[in-house]
Amino acid sequence: MSRNLPCSPHIHSGASISKTMRDVLIALLAPLAAGVIVFGLRALIVALVTTAAAVAAEALWCAVLRRRQTVTDGSAAVTGLLLALTLPASVPYWQAALGSVFAVLVVKCLFGGLGQNIFNPALAGRALLMLLFPSSLVRFAAPGSELPLTGPVDIVSSSTPLHDMVMPALPDASLTQMLLGTIGGCIGETSAVAILIGAAYLLVRGVIAPRIPLAYLGTVAVLTLVFSRGQDPVQWMLYSVLGGGVMLAAWFMATDYVTSPVTPAAQIVYGVAIGALTVFLRYTGLYPEGVTYAVLMMNAAVWALERALPRRRYGAAGKEARA
Amino acid sequence: MRKLFYGGVHPDARKELAPPDSVHAVAPPALAVVPLRQHIGQACRPLVKPGDAVRKGQRVGDGEGLCVPVHAPVSGIVREIAEYPHATLGRCEAIVIENDGRETPADTEPHGDPSSLTPSELEERIRLAGVAGMGGATFSTAVKLASAAGAVDTLIVNACECEPYITADDALLCTQPELVVRGAQMLSASVGAKRTVIAIEDNKVRAAEAVRAVLPSGMELKILPTRYPQGAEKQLIQAVTGREAAAGKLPRDVGCAVFNAATCAASVRAAFDGEPLIERIVTVSGEGVKHPGNYLVRIGTPIADVLAAAGGLADDGVRVLAGGPMMGFAVDDFGAPVTKGVNAVTCLPRKTAAQLDGTVCFRCGRCVAACPMHLRPLYFFRGERCGDAAMLEHDHVCDCIECGCCAYACPGHLPLVRAIRAGKQLVKECAVP
Repeated sequence: MSRNLPCSPHIHSGASISKTMRDVLIALLAPLAAGVIVFGLRALIVALVTTAAAVAAEALWCAVLRRRQTVTDGSAAVTGLLLALTLPASVPYWQAALGSVFAVLVVKCLFGGLGQNIFNPALAGRALLMLLFPSSLVRFAAPGSELPLTGPVDIVSSSTPLHDMVMPALPDASLTQMLLGTIGGCIGETSAVAILIGAAYLLVRGVIAPRIPLAYLGTVAVLTLVFSRGQDPVQWMLYSVLGGGVMLAAWFMATDYVTSPVTPAAQIVYGVAIGALTVFLRYTGLYPEGVTYAVLMMNAAVWALERALPRRRYGAAGKEARA
Repeated sequence: MRKLFYGGVHPDARKELAPPDSVHAVAPPALAVVPLRQHIGQACRPLVKPGDAVRKGQRVGDGEGLCVPVHAPVSGIVREIAEYPHATLGRCEAIVIENDGRETPADTEPHGDPSSLTPSELEERIRLAGVAGMGGATFSTAVKLASAAGAVDTLIVNACECEPYITADDALLCTQPELVVRGAQMLSASVGAKRTVIAIEDNKVRAAEAVRAVLPSGMELKILPTRYPQGAEKQLIQAVTGREAAAGKLPRDVGCAVFNAATCAASVRAAFDGEPLIERIVTVSGEGVKHPGNYLVRIGTPIADVLAAAGGLADDGVRVLAGGPMMGFAVDDFGAPVTKGVNAVTCLPRKTAAQLDGTVCFRCGRCVAACPMHLRPLYFFRGERCGDAAMLEHDHVCDCIECGCCAYACPGHLPLVRAIRAGKQLVKECAVP
């Protein structure tokens, strides 16, 4: 076609990247709200700091390099907010901001911007903070403790259910507390109910499909049931699924478009592998939690998974045979 | 709802703009432009020369093989044979006939009941009448019949019309259901099919009722849940029979023959009355045209005349398409005539017409979920941009039927169909000769 006429299709569904990101931000408000209720106003400020830092970093990157301004697509805001949800409310603001800037500039922009990054920016930002400031990331304030809004936070670290499970022992917290999130932990990770509300919104809006989260959660459930370390395998399994970052990661990290596979078979393998790695890292690793590294490792495998598991070619596999 | 084929999308149908219950005749054009290529395959050779007097329905161009003859839609004088704008090809050699307004008919051979004809005699009648697939593909109906004869067990009449806005086949079924049914019977008998199915989507209630009222015993009326691209040949075969015709395979390879509803009607006219294909129903619709509706248009009528008959365009910003919004071709020269495959002229105002100028893919996978051919369109976008023919071929870019579902669903507004066409070209160029 030499003539520069518009190509079909001539109508569009109306979907857009910024609308999708807006939906994700709306969904993330549920776990954020739970975090603010459980850990106080400091949780909200941490979220504002990381989000603002992420947005500013991307805006500045585009401005300095004279690139098309992409900050309006909303993905930087999502990265910032997601990072905050994986941090304890007591984290120093500057550290949180640093993680955010790293996530956006190094993990996303340096790889070529939205869609080109290999690793989930928020989780990579968290991984950096765990490397640089381990003491800030593994000390958790007890729910309801009055965290100062400014200045250094000098907290008496409270034990989280996941810490108890390293013993190994079933945590003191009740399953109801695990569901509601009135336990020690990261801002957006403790309340399973809030995460599920956000996830339900994304499912209804068609932003995510349940394939990866269910494969992930199912694998964690089966493995912790089979390789139970508690007196009651079912209880051990429930605490394993509800404790730590599994729920948030399953619905909001493993479903990150850019860093997860696009084909159904690859998505299932991806979810199962993250689940297996999570349990493995929890049981054997230095930290009580293994979600971050499990997801990041599988991020690196996405291209290989998609190559190894293509879709069935139309008409292949005997379907062309006469009925 | 059970999915009868994979993927697909649900665009807003907007069929109410052009109701199917009436068809308005458009006056024969003062100047008819008859392109020598209105079908897939080689162009016709002109059988007339400038200055010749022609009669309405006279064969004026023909050729061999897949070639389908063309006929004079009006009586008059051949003014010139020259390159003219063409809705889908850009430009094409055409016979231009000055209408004398007398409508002098060509001599037609007496045609009786075609049931006494052998299949090859029937094919010749259909070929001589210039019948080609009227759903848009414009493949020679006679050649299709010949290849299907004895090789198929199921004949499907495609009355899905899954593209938004278009109601031309719907109008044909509402106004002349018996013609389509007779065509289906005739073609089915000719190819020796055991099962004859008229497939229609569930949003065409009146057409379905009209067909049911004249449905002979032994013929099925299949109402399919509305979803685009159900009317695509492979997807329709799958929806009706569950069989998948792989890329490069023909419907006959899975025991099916598919004919568009308008093609069935044209075949009956050809076989019974010796009437050549010189007019068709065209849906002129969209928010950008003043009087949307169904119009009976002579083949060769410039799109400008058709638009004028429909009250003209709302403003200068309207995008005019030959065909529907999902697979139609944008037309910038309204001197291009209506051809056998043009089932619609869709007029989209600037605000409705999609601007597919995105550059960012964030791998949401909606293109993968929407693709009825099990492809991964996002790979084609990347592969075409990198000039990676090996990757494009490995991911079967040539299996794509260009239905446009991927680009319709893409939040990044990526021009996926454009990339895929360029990608196919790249694969062709890189193939070892």
